[in-house]
Amino acid sequence: MLNDITLGQYYPGNSPVHRMDPRCKLLLTVAYIVGVFLIGNLPGYLLALAFLWLVVRVSGIRFSYLLRGLKPLRFILVFTFILNVAFTQGQTVLFAVGFFRLTREALENAIYFSLRLVFLVMGTSVLTLTTSPVQLTDALEHLMHPLARFGFPAHELAMMMTIALRFIPTLLEEADKIQKAQMARGADFESGNLMARARAMIPLLVPLFVSSFRRANDLAMAMEARCYRGGEHRTRLRELRYTRLDFYALLCMIAFFVLIIAEGMLLG
Amino acid sequence: MENRQKENRIITDGLSYRYPEAERDAVSDVALRVRAGEFVCILGHNGSGKSTLAKLFNALYVPTEGTVWVCGMDTKDDELVFDIRQNAGMVFQNPDNQIVATVVEEDVAFGLENNGVPPQEIRVRIDEALAAVGMSERAKKAPHMLSGGQKQRVAIAGVLAMRPSVIILDESTAMLDPSGRAEVMNTVRRLNREEGISIVLITHFMTEAAQADMIYVMDGGKIAMTGTPREVFSQIGRVRALGLDVPPMTALAETLGKAGLPVRPDVLTVEEMVEEVCRLQSKG
Repeated sequence: MLNDITLGQYYPGNSPVHRMDPRCKLLLTVAYIVGVFLIGNLPGYLLALAFLWLVVRVSGIRFSYLLRGLKPLRFILVFTFILNVAFTQGQTVLFAVGFFRLTREALENAIYFSLRLVFLVMGTSVLTLTTSPVQLTDALEHLMHPLARFGFPAHELAMMMTIALRFIPTLLEEADKIQKAQMARGADFESGNLMARARAMIPLLVPLFVSSFRRANDLAMAMEARCYRGGEHRTRLRELRYTRLDFYALLCMIAFFVLIIAEGMLLG
Repeated sequence: MENRQKENRIITDGLSYRYPEAERDAVSDVALRVRAGEFVCILGHNGSGKSTLAKLFNALYVPTEGTVWVCGMDTKDDELVFDIRQNAGMVFQNPDNQIVATVVEEDVAFGLENNGVPPQEIRVRIDEALAAVGMSERAKKAPHMLSGGQKQRVAIAGVLAMRPSVIILDESTAMLDPSGRAEVMNTVRRLNREEGISIVLITHFMTEAAQADMIYVMDGGKIAMTGTPREVFSQIGRVRALGLDVPPMTALAETLGKAGLPVRPDVLTVEEMVEEVCRLQSKG
């Protein structure tokens, strides 16, 4: 299950999408998500899908890889869907069982909300799949840099994110190892109700917690040994520079917005 | 003094270190030196102070008493700390806990970025460093996709990119499997021979120690024995009394000797043992 999470996993490549400036990619991703939330009808979502498909095509990532990233999300999706169906007020009743009425508005709302979630996750996945976490944190650091003047710890936050991202696979691997070790000693992670299963996680989480402290200590030592001294006077292997590519990407995004707005006015 | 500093990469004099609130010194009155291009090995059982010693070489710890000079720089001098760390690169034990970045080449760049090296220069140096440890093909990989030996080679590349005069390996092979250990040792030996970088190897493995130019055996924070591998390991009794083993071939030579075969007692490697056995056979 833990291996299904594509969010935050980098898929190395050399496509135009990979080569874009991460700051631009980050901002355009935010724009895309805003766009997706503006859409209010099905053809609009087809546009959003077409745009995403195009970006994925250019980036060289397999679309199925992106879809796999949705798997861990299925419960949230179902949950959102049911909540929206149940709690949206509507007039046009499609069918009614007892006091439950399925209205056309509720169904539409539920579908749109689920679709928004799907596009939100897929859109951000494209960002994280084509941008190495280091570039991503670089971008965040740059974008947050103006705030540093007001005492905002931009570099420190970026560093923490890099380290967190770096250790996700390591800790997952370790959790897996501990789980197997505990299972070999008769621990049961699978049966019982939710409470019992949550309690069964304790012998997994405690060793994991202890070892992450040891790792943190080691890492701090290693970073110090490699001359780490905070963000000042630090250079970067990859200097961020906007190129023509970013300009084209921006044009594409503007075109996307024009399309969804036009579509919304025509069919809305 | 100038000259002495040029040929010596690390000199310690009356070096002692005590952890805050500890009862006794972890390292006490140590005097040693690492010459340019020399391969020095530090042995000792757990808690003998050898890891503490390594951290003193890199200015991670500052001596409580005595002095450490790294390329002529006193580690007590706050202003020289980063020059010292750049000159005395350190590779740690756990391969997972010393890689900072999520892409191999970006991790190799970490130290250079910290030192404010211009980006074009960083690019050149990481390419060189990755080539030197044979990891160029994996420059864009994620560290967790690599084997233990490869991760340690990346860590070595990260140090190498800083153009150090000496590399300190603090039990860097302890967590690796035999093939990973061989990978790392071959890399280290080549850097020592071809690039003339001094090596300080801290290890538990006697076969690795046998490859050094000089061995220091630590016990209770003090240096208990010093000498070339042959000098040290020929004193089997003393080495064992310090809680250490001797290289497998030396142990074999001892057993053969006890069984009445006139084998030289200071055999270190398999090749030497083969020679020795052949010599005996041609005689007999």
